[in-house]
Amino acid sequence: MSAMAELFPIELTVNGRRRSLEVAVHHSLLDVLRDDLELTGTKECCLVGECGACTVAMNGQIVDSCLVLAVEADGAEITTVEGLAAGGRLSPLQQAFLDTGAVQCGFCTPGQLVAAADLLARNPRPSVPEIEEGLAGNLCRCGCYVQITEAVLAAAREADR
Amino acid sequence: MSTDRVGASPNRVGGVGRVTGAQRYAADIKLADALQVKLVCLPVARGRIVSIDSSAALAVPGVRFVMTAADLPQPVPRFGPQFTDRPVMAVGETKYHGEPVAAVAAETKDAAEEGARLVRVDYEALRPIVTLADALAPGADLVQDASIRPRDPLAGTNVLREHRFGWGDVDATPADLVVENSYTFPIVTHFAIEPHVFMAAPDGDGIAVWSSIQHPYWLQRILAGVLDLPLSRVRVFAPDPGGGFGGKQHAKYEPLVAFLALLTGRPCRLVLSLEQTFQAVRRTCTEVHVRTGLMSDGTLAFVDVKADYNIGAYADIADRVVGKGSYPAAGPYRVPAVRIVSRSVLSHTTPATAMRGFGNPQVNWAVESNLDEGARALGIDRRDIRLRNVARTGDTLNPVDTRCDGEWDQAVRRAAEMIGWDTPAPPGHGRGIALGFKSGPTTGLSQSTVRLLSDGSALVYAGTSDMGQGARTVWAQIVATELGVPLERITTVSGDTAVVPYDQQTSASRSTVLMGNAVLRACQDVQAKVRAMAARLHGVPEEQITVERGIVRLPDREVAIVDVVKPGLGRMAGEIVGNGMARKDAEPDHPLQGSAAFFEFNCTAVEATVDEETGDITLHKYATVSDVGKAINPLQVRMQDEGAAIQGLGHTLMEHYIYDDEGRIRNLGAIDYRIPTSMDLPLELHSDVIENADGPGPYGAKGMSEGALISAAAAVAGAVRDATGIVIRDLPLSPERVWRALQERSAR
Repeated sequence: MSAMAELFPIELTVNGRRRSLEVAVHHSLLDVLRDDLELTGTKECCLVGECGACTVAMNGQIVDSCLVLAVEADGAEITTVEGLAAGGRLSPLQQAFLDTGAVQCGFCTPGQLVAAADLLARNPRPSVPEIEEGLAGNLCRCGCYVQITEAVLAAAREADR
Repeated sequence: MSTDRVGASPNRVGGVGRVTGAQRYAADIKLADALQVKLVCLPVARGRIVSIDSSAALAVPGVRFVMTAADLPQPVPRFGPQFTDRPVMAVGETKYHGEPVAAVAAETKDAAEEGARLVRVDYEALRPIVTLADALAPGADLVQDASIRPRDPLAGTNVLREHRFGWGDVDATPADLVVENSYTFPIVTHFAIEPHVFMAAPDGDGIAVWSSIQHPYWLQRILAGVLDLPLSRVRVFAPDPGGGFGGKQHAKYEPLVAFLALLTGRPCRLVLSLEQTFQAVRRTCTEVHVRTGLMSDGTLAFVDVKADYNIGAYADIADRVVGKGSYPAAGPYRVPAVRIVSRSVLSHTTPATAMRGFGNPQVNWAVESNLDEGARALGIDRRDIRLRNVARTGDTLNPVDTRCDGEWDQAVRRAAEMIGWDTPAPPGHGRGIALGFKSGPTTGLSQSTVRLLSDGSALVYAGTSDMGQGARTVWAQIVATELGVPLERITTVSGDTAVVPYDQQTSASRSTVLMGNAVLRACQDVQAKVRAMAARLHGVPEEQITVERGIVRLPDREVAIVDVVKPGLGRMAGEIVGNGMARKDAEPDHPLQGSAAFFEFNCTAVEATVDEETGDITLHKYATVSDVGKAINPLQVRMQDEGAAIQGLGHTLMEHYIYDDEGRIRNLGAIDYRIPTSMDLPLELHSDVIENADGPGPYGAKGMSEGALISAAAAVAGAVRDATGIVIRDLPLSPERVWRALQERSAR
């Protein structure tokens, strides 16, 4: 790739806000979110789609934003961790993460939350094995997995009330 | 009980930022006009640098500077927490794969990357020393030139240090049974999800540095030394790390980035990839030979340990890991005679550093597994042999060290009970049990300031790095308890050496004890000033007033602290400032230069099955119980304990580096190096704590967070042995290794 990379205009709707920008053709959606839009809640770790730290929702599907070229996301609706708290209020899932102790260092948390919100949207009453399988692509080195599962269960119960 | 105070589990301080994405980790901080940095390294571990040609790189639009060792002061400055051995960049010869030989600074990441690809380095590949056997072979090449080891009698060898500990006379101590075996522990890496980040910018006559560091004040001293600046001109910003686990304790590429910033006059920013982080930090790997002497009733007669640790190319803190990690090798037991000989051995591999457990998991795995074999040979239950030998409160362990400081047998009984140890195991199920043991900090110094402001809100300054353990929450709970300030009116301040008082380090599970006491004393200093203020305000002698737990007790009534402070400060406002300090001085004649501030103690009990077809281990029940003295925040204690257990399952079941002949890590990165996921958990994982308020920290707290990792491997291996009859003495217990052992068993 050249340092003088070709720029390509794209439009994204990020957390409900329309953004027009010019991106280098080889830059990932993660690069653009973090560097161009300064939405640094989405985290960079492995860059090979294994750790899940960069998980965002794209047109209602979760993706590893490190594996999606920004130009591929042209026209897409993107939800990042910054878009989960509606009107400045924590979502029940975010609150459950705090209450159950699902957050230690917090670096994997944005990806965990986006993936868990997607899981609950597709399966509002998941079982423990379904949660563990659904979130297997999101690594947590602090080892909060049990508490993350508890948080997802708690959020599902909250939504049922 | 208030939900703010000590003993409750309020939501984590900083938690909202972590669930909304607002938390700023080091890589999330943008410095205006910053240059982006990429490192250049050789494709081999050990290469003699013949020449470096930067001209093509400098021709890339946007590339501003290519730094090599020639741009640095000569001789190139070296640094390290224990030995001054690591150069800012490779000098003459690279010592490990990934060691930088040049650094490219450019206007964009793309330009820096392209520049880094175009730096042409001519080098001669040399045969690297990778294994302990290579390093210790007669006539082996020296990893470190003798010139950087002045006055060192071992400088002509690859042994950096040899440590000898012990008491009694092992050779003269009779035993009914001697069990003798060798065990290995692989190289594993921290794999913090936040890769390491280093930034620096010229700052007036000095330098400002941002780093994902655990020990900002130690880094400040290292930088001041390398750059020849006074401490007051070196400002370290240390945003809360996204996981550290020991890998972020000590300086790595901060000096390199600082020189780049000074040479370019601009902020410079280096973010390591996960692969580069693998090349920058790892745990020591270890070969341990154990002789365990037992009497026929299961009483320990002696423990005799030889442990060689492969520490890599530069010492970092790894030689201290070797000493402090092998020193408690005899475990939490009463043992009449102990001999420990451990060596830190250099090689052309990534410099090893601290990692959760600090050298203890490697030796514990061997010694606890060997005790199991002794118990089996004697026909004694593996829990009972531990209960027979484990020290009781006040018992002597090492005669020159702290005595047993907990009711450890309670943890052993509790963990065993949690997996139903006394009930028959289901068919095919096996059980294991192991004790984790570690000396706490041997020295320490933490200082804190608490400011009680005129509206009754408070600021607490504490230089501990909150990397997930929840330090900020603990400080806020102490302030809430002592000063009666609600948590939502307390702000914790850390991560800036120009603002926050000194803290020696965030390691060895020390912070709740040492910084906790400093915060507590700062609160008590505030209380003393409130008392004087109340005396003046109410015309009562100070001796008739007490202040505790947020309350001012006057002879005729009680008032809240805030109701003294507001009128006491009056219209000009102001504030009450309290300072606190906790220190544990070195003891020069002690074998570790300091006795343990406390011991970490854990018992892990496991029930497992093994798939005979695949070698895959299923953990059905997993119980971890730690002696914590007092759980200041029980939920955070649970998270640390269970998190340590899961991290321990990494080196137990799956994690290890694989090297090739050139000294390169073959399984570099997240695809080929697996850590536990949500699919690798025990089917049931439970933790519990023993609380007897018998620790030296606030309210009787002890340090915790490493113990559950230390005992994981021996407990799991014991369960595998119990279920299948196979004995494996090498970690990890990967399906392949277990399957092969099952095949060998069948062939017998």
